[in-house]
Amino acid sequence: MSTATTAPRRPTWWQAHGRAWVVTVASFVLALLVGAILMVVSDPDVITQYAYLFTAPGLPLGASWAKVAGTYSALVVGAVGSPGALAATAGAAAPLICAGLGVGLAFRTGLFNIGAQGQAILGSIGASYVGFALHLPPVLHLIVALLGGLVAGAFWGGIVGFLKARTGAHEVIVTIMLNYVASMLLSWLLLTPAFLRPGRDDPLAPEIDATAAFPVIYQQFHVGFLVALLAAAATWWILDRSTIGFRMRAVGANPHAAGTAGMSVANTTIIAMVLSGLLCGLAGVQAALGPGADLVATPLSLGLVGSVGFDAITVALLGRSKPLGIVFAGLLFGGLHSGGLAMQSLAGTPLTLSTVLQALIVLFVAAPALVSALVPKLRPPKQTSLVGGEA
Amino acid sequence: MSTLAASAAGQVIQLDYHESRDARRARLSTGVLLGLLGLLLAWLATRTSGDAGYALSSPFDAVQLPTVTLPGVPTVVASAVVALVAAAVYLTGRLHGRALAAVGTLAGLFVALGAVTWAAAGSAFPFPVSNQLTGTVALATPLVFGALCGVLCENAGVVNVSIEGQFLVAAFTAGVVGSVTGSIPVALVAAVVSAVAMAALLAVFSIKYLVDQVVLGVVLNLLASGITGFLFDQLVQPNSRDLNVAPTMPTIGIPGLLAIPLLGPVLFNQTILVYLAMVSVALVAFLLYRTRWGLRVRSVGEHPDAADTVGISVRGIRWQAVLAGGVFAGLGGAFFTIGSTGGFIKDITVGNGFIALAALIMGRWRPVRAALMAVFFGFVTQLASQLQTLETPMPTQFLLMLPYVATIVAVAGLIGRSRGPAADGVPYTK
Repeated sequence: MSTATTAPRRPTWWQAHGRAWVVTVASFVLALLVGAILMVVSDPDVITQYAYLFTAPGLPLGASWAKVAGTYSALVVGAVGSPGALAATAGAAAPLICAGLGVGLAFRTGLFNIGAQGQAILGSIGASYVGFALHLPPVLHLIVALLGGLVAGAFWGGIVGFLKARTGAHEVIVTIMLNYVASMLLSWLLLTPAFLRPGRDDPLAPEIDATAAFPVIYQQFHVGFLVALLAAAATWWILDRSTIGFRMRAVGANPHAAGTAGMSVANTTIIAMVLSGLLCGLAGVQAALGPGADLVATPLSLGLVGSVGFDAITVALLGRSKPLGIVFAGLLFGGLHSGGLAMQSLAGTPLTLSTVLQALIVLFVAAPALVSALVPKLRPPKQTSLVGGEA
Repeated sequence: MSTLAASAAGQVIQLDYHESRDARRARLSTGVLLGLLGLLLAWLATRTSGDAGYALSSPFDAVQLPTVTLPGVPTVVASAVVALVAAAVYLTGRLHGRALAAVGTLAGLFVALGAVTWAAAGSAFPFPVSNQLTGTVALATPLVFGALCGVLCENAGVVNVSIEGQFLVAAFTAGVVGSVTGSIPVALVAAVVSAVAMAALLAVFSIKYLVDQVVLGVVLNLLASGITGFLFDQLVQPNSRDLNVAPTMPTIGIPGLLAIPLLGPVLFNQTILVYLAMVSVALVAFLLYRTRWGLRVRSVGEHPDAADTVGISVRGIRWQAVLAGGVFAGLGGAFFTIGSTGGFIKDITVGNGFIALAALIMGRWRPVRAALMAVFFGFVTQLASQLQTLETPMPTQFLLMLPYVATIVAVAGLIGRSRGPAADGVPYTK
């Protein structure tokens, strides 16, 4: 040790980002490996070949290879193999990016928003209702429907922020419970006269006006995707360039220090949850106003938003809660979804494999220490910050 | 020294009840809530018509009990009055402790009676009390197991959001193993083993790799849903005649107790899983509060540093508690397939793991209270489906929301603050 005091060196690129990238890539490879094993083990046609493992090893290994290669190549082709596939990937990614941004923004403030699902449901209710109940001129209608969804989502997120700030109720529990309240609310609303189609009594809302739908650019690639990118840019600006973003990151890093420095932790919490709910509501808007597989917006029903709220948590984790990372993570999981559909039709491997891959990727990404133990020459990080809560 | 003793001896020691700020706020907000419920009932009384019938026995019971008819308006009015009086008792603060709790419980029962009477009044069919209770037991059984799993994990300081995932994997395993072997005990053991394996995943990632436990729980739920869904699509669905025909558990009547009117057939003509659930509540309560191991579990969840200082292995105890929790989650998961209909469908557990989590929080992380809450949630869910068939004016979705809203109200500290173990969710590093 030299006695001279030196200024702390700037971290090299490797120290700052390299390990994170290696861990991400390694998580991918590991997830694909586990997925391949699962595929082979669960396919009776392939597994019976293993009786010949010692007499004719070519048979089982060849069958396994054919199964795995066929599935994964169908996955890639379905995700990026054609302009149509790319459009489908972008379409599937748009809601994931929006909700991922919402969850990520809350993570950076030190809040676990498990309620993206409920906020997205509220967003889809708000946007759909404006879409079919009001009849406005083209551009205005889309904007009003968008606002309707955003306000509904922000309201649902705001409840959480308010309860957390005023009573100390833990946001994880409140958001989990509000997810169920939101889906019950939707199932009740769908049976009220305001949401029933004239002359029908099944829980399916009327179709929204064409004036309220996101215009289609190419197949499922629609204006909503551009809105999602704008939302990412706005989130980056809020988090990294604005005063309130600084406060949010400060509260996320250390609420006591932020409070001592004169910031209102309670107000920051409320604002962060409102913004988070707003972004998750935008995901519901994407589901309500974006084109479905038939290139027309899908009417509001119980499963309209799917599981976007839970997928969003994985998107935010994979994207390390940074807006740019979330965009890439959203595109990746969007590709996993659209590729999964092709995988199901071309290779006969069920779509649910994409869910398994998604969960495995995030599980490995979340435990860098495990990946480091499995990958040679990758020393474990000193500190693991899973949600990127540092200022 | 001597003057101090003299002055102390001269004083008359007066025991005074002193209410903390939290307790006061909880008392007042409970009073307001009861008052609002009373006013709501009073309003409902104006919209009640006819009588409400309560059928105490189902037609198949050995001992037939009569159908009780309650007059609609007077019953609802009486319930409203009881709720309002209880609200006044809470707001004035004359009673404390057990007496106050008793008043609250009584008022709660009357509110339930008033609400059901309002809903059932004027309906052509009597309200089937026996069905209601049987359904409650069926719905509450997995919730009780799930809540006990949560009690063990969280008292040791590991947040378990993945009860749902453990249920799902256990339900799947029980279904498939039951179909292949045709044996209930083997299926049950397999379900427990698979849920313990899921618990081991939770333990290894949260205790060894220090992954945030809430995030981990969400991801594990996704993994469970993905893996069971994938295996179902790939393996079980195409061969459903071989792999999805699990036997269901027979009901076992307990001879003497079965003869009790009303409660006998409800409680003592059940499957082995239901009896196990009843025993498990007592077992977990005994383990946690009467054994050395339980004391260690609680100490590790409250103050791991102190536990470590006296030589308790924090990580070891946490591992044991999480794995033990997995056993109960496995039993609860098995209920969905071999305990009820036998077959597995994708996402068969439909959020029951989260209701169990809600019961755990409402029960303030204690086994007996959490189990009672699980029974309450089962009761409400069954009530919702009963009222749906009676075609009452009440939208059943609001009843189904009740467990979730009640949990939010509880964590917001409106009815007594619900506070978990101090080190719940905090990974332990030396």
